[in-house]
Amino acid sequence: MTTQAPSPVGSATPARTPGGIGESPARPDGTLKVTGQFAYSSDLWLDEALFGVTLRSPHARACITGIDIAKALAVPGVHAVLTHEDVPGLPYYGLDHPDQPVLAIDEVRYQGEPVAILAATDPHTARRALSLIEVTYDVLPPVTDARRAVFDPSIDRVHPDGNVVRHQPVRVGSADEVTADVVVVGEYEVGMQDQAFLGPESGLAVPAENGGVDLYIATQWLHVDRGQIARCLDLPEEKVRLTLAGVGGAFGAREDLSMQVHACMLALHTGKPVRMSYDRAESFLGHVHRHPAWLRYEHGATRDGKLVYVKATIVLDGGAYTSTTPAVVGNAASLGVGPYEVPHIAIDVYGARTNNPPCGAMRGFGAVQVCYAYESQMDALAAELGLSPVEIRIRNAVSQGSKLATGQVIDSPAPLADMLRRVASLPLPPSTVDSSGDLPGGYGNTTRGEGVRRGVGYGVGIKNICFSEGFDDYATARVRLAVVGGEPVVTVHTAAAEVGQGLVTLQQQIVRTELGVSTVLLQPADTTIGSAGSSSASRQSYMTGGAVKAACEAVRTRVAQRLGHSTVELVGGKVLAGDTIVDLAAAVGDEPIEETVVFRHRPTVPMDPVTGQGDSHVQLALCVHRAVVDVDVELGLVKVVELAAVQDVGRVMNRVALEGQIHGGSAQGLGLALMEEIQVVDGLVRNPSFTDYLIPTILDVPPMPLTILEHPDPHAPYGLRGAGEPPTLSSTPAIAAAVRAATGLRLRRVPIRPEHITHPT
Amino acid sequence: MRVTLTVNGEQRTADDVWPGESLLFTLRERLGLPGTKNACEQGECGSCTVLLDGLPVCACLVAAGQAQGRTVVTVEGIARYPGSIAARNERGADGAAPTAATADGSTLHPVQEAFVAAGAVQCGFCTPGLVVAVVDLLRTRPHPTDSEIREALAGNLCRCTGYEKILDAVHLAAQRLAAAGPDAS
Repeated sequence: MTTQAPSPVGSATPARTPGGIGESPARPDGTLKVTGQFAYSSDLWLDEALFGVTLRSPHARACITGIDIAKALAVPGVHAVLTHEDVPGLPYYGLDHPDQPVLAIDEVRYQGEPVAILAATDPHTARRALSLIEVTYDVLPPVTDARRAVFDPSIDRVHPDGNVVRHQPVRVGSADEVTADVVVVGEYEVGMQDQAFLGPESGLAVPAENGGVDLYIATQWLHVDRGQIARCLDLPEEKVRLTLAGVGGAFGAREDLSMQVHACMLALHTGKPVRMSYDRAESFLGHVHRHPAWLRYEHGATRDGKLVYVKATIVLDGGAYTSTTPAVVGNAASLGVGPYEVPHIAIDVYGARTNNPPCGAMRGFGAVQVCYAYESQMDALAAELGLSPVEIRIRNAVSQGSKLATGQVIDSPAPLADMLRRVASLPLPPSTVDSSGDLPGGYGNTTRGEGVRRGVGYGVGIKNICFSEGFDDYATARVRLAVVGGEPVVTVHTAAAEVGQGLVTLQQQIVRTELGVSTVLLQPADTTIGSAGSSSASRQSYMTGGAVKAACEAVRTRVAQRLGHSTVELVGGKVLAGDTIVDLAAAVGDEPIEETVVFRHRPTVPMDPVTGQGDSHVQLALCVHRAVVDVDVELGLVKVVELAAVQDVGRVMNRVALEGQIHGGSAQGLGLALMEEIQVVDGLVRNPSFTDYLIPTILDVPPMPLTILEHPDPHAPYGLRGAGEPPTLSSTPAIAAAVRAATGLRLRRVPIRPEHITHPT
Repeated sequence: MRVTLTVNGEQRTADDVWPGESLLFTLRERLGLPGTKNACEQGECGSCTVLLDGLPVCACLVAAGQAQGRTVVTVEGIARYPGSIAARNERGADGAAPTAATADGSTLHPVQEAFVAAGAVQCGFCTPGLVVAVVDLLRTRPHPTDSEIREALAGNLCRCTGYEKILDAVHLAAQRLAAAGPDAS
């Protein structure tokens, strides 16, 4: 390096670099996204690229007795038709357990299972040729009842090793022996929700000169995709290079592979680039969904409303393949009583395999289903005791020092009682609506509103942040500080998936705060750097944020060493070293400083297989909702009037992005409460379109006032708490409770449909 | 078949267009304009909203052949060719006259700026359709109420934001357009 010491530039404290943490700078990809220039995975194009398509099973369960590809292969423009016999390596994949065939082998286990893939010069030719592939099936009766799949020994096995993927008990105290003054029992159901991201499964695979493949892909976790792809292709991982393409939403649906291996197989087979992009109907069949659930709860309490025991049996339908069902079961079990202190607990959660569509990750991940049920139970208990819904929750609320059902002590702030008091004290919206367009059903409401009843309901949810149960959940970041054109510039490289949440913005904010440099460039996320872990479990602010922070600290230490100090502060492009201030550009000179750091959260342990005990979670996050609804009790229509939330986030990193997460999560919870369900009949999806699977429009989503609290978590970077998932938990039971309050009905199932209100059973 | 149309102020020709092909497919696959998004192909999500002779349509529901000889503005051209009521009524030569919106050298329409500034963009897949829809909304209703915005945008699905920041962005864009004067629509 040039050894001349940089000269001091004065002693006045320089101004803080704008755009750091706590501010809300604009997204770096914002301009590209509003001008249509942002390259999503479905926009990628290369000359000579073929278009790949997938033939899927029309049956929920069948044996394949023959596949004839000759006619399809003979179509001019068709370059390849491949079946399971063409899979170069391991013919199975899976996040937890590789039981899902890349292409069906002799048997199909769900409607939509890929059977063959085809590449042709253009989409029209490809789809026409696909219809000429002849597959003959021996159709079998599907296993579609998850409870029978678990409990009925006479039922067919969907897989040779049985239908139960995981059974996780939780046992605390002596729930089977204690008695209580008041007991409420309820059976609940949660329908199958879809993530319904807008950007379809898509990507571009390009054969590489070294015999490998380059894949440009929308995913949540590049490295776990790469591992699975490499095994299926029988290639070493370094010959499978993944680069993140633009991601049109994820919400869990991009954790499992979809077209990744297929596109790579077609590219390697033809020697040409291959792009694939599902249409909406195929997307509904081509990714996992939220587990539908059946939940039976029994709550016992004292006369003054203190919980004595909770017993629960929960069955989650994982559909045809394992996917992430084991972890979903773990969440449902460990969080199955909610954020309440309960001395005696007996929970059994079962994850089933059936011939229904495969289910896996969706925002809230196992905590959503139980939250709807335990909150419904808390309301039932309150009604039984003559207490308000808020009061019964406050009397049982956890706080710092409380034990979860797993025995894990909550060792950071958990101000639930305060959050409940805050949400309950918010002003209510006006009791009448302004115009007929605001009636339930909007302008389609044919009444004058004489059947409209208002209801208010509350919901509370607790979600684990980061991966749990002993998973080595690390994130890698490289930070490079250089001088370009006389100015300090920082380049950040991670493999973290930006899926819309704003992680790209946050990385820039962290660098500006830690290194005092305003120009922060982000390298594309790819597999040339170590894993960042998954963009899921509300973990990336904590994990990749933590890794970028740690890498910045390492760079800062190097700057200090160059100046002969042990520590320095970097602010506004200056170095504060002791009493002197020097230009950072001068300190760096022509020798860039680069550090790569692997960041880990504190370790966790698996739940005990018999008692469910263990410190299985890294961090816990709370959200509280109050819903106000108008219900037309004659038409069965519901209008959510307002959906207010109180959430503790530890520390606000970027308020605009944070509010966007809470609003978006609340809206998805609204969808589950009132609208969204994949209708599956005999294993067949009946509504794979946005015409028939309804997600909330701007008319369905009400004003959502937010109260954001900041009680820092001392274990987390900056004290932050993951925030994307908790609101998805609590908004559903709050809305369901409000509809119950308006109608007096028990309503034991979500989504609540009009006939549940007009013709209750 | 061959389809000739004006896209973002430029005459373009697409060859080998299939009779059942949508305008969306032609824009994305033949004319190199992937900014208009394909999310449902059933007219349910609004991601493919473009202006056809100044009127918002779902490009997935318009046959490419129907666009023969007509004028299309996509998100890629909306800052330069945002259209105007006059163009809509008179169907002028290009259906939408360039405006002064970019006179300050910025390449963004005020609606685009507002979407970034208000945090109305997350994954952004719905954004191109929403930007076009909001440009059209503010042309006809320069100061819409929340109810009017909700009604106008009910055909544009967004899965990320819960729509709150989109409402903020529309109000912000309305303010900025009003401040910029009548030529900035």
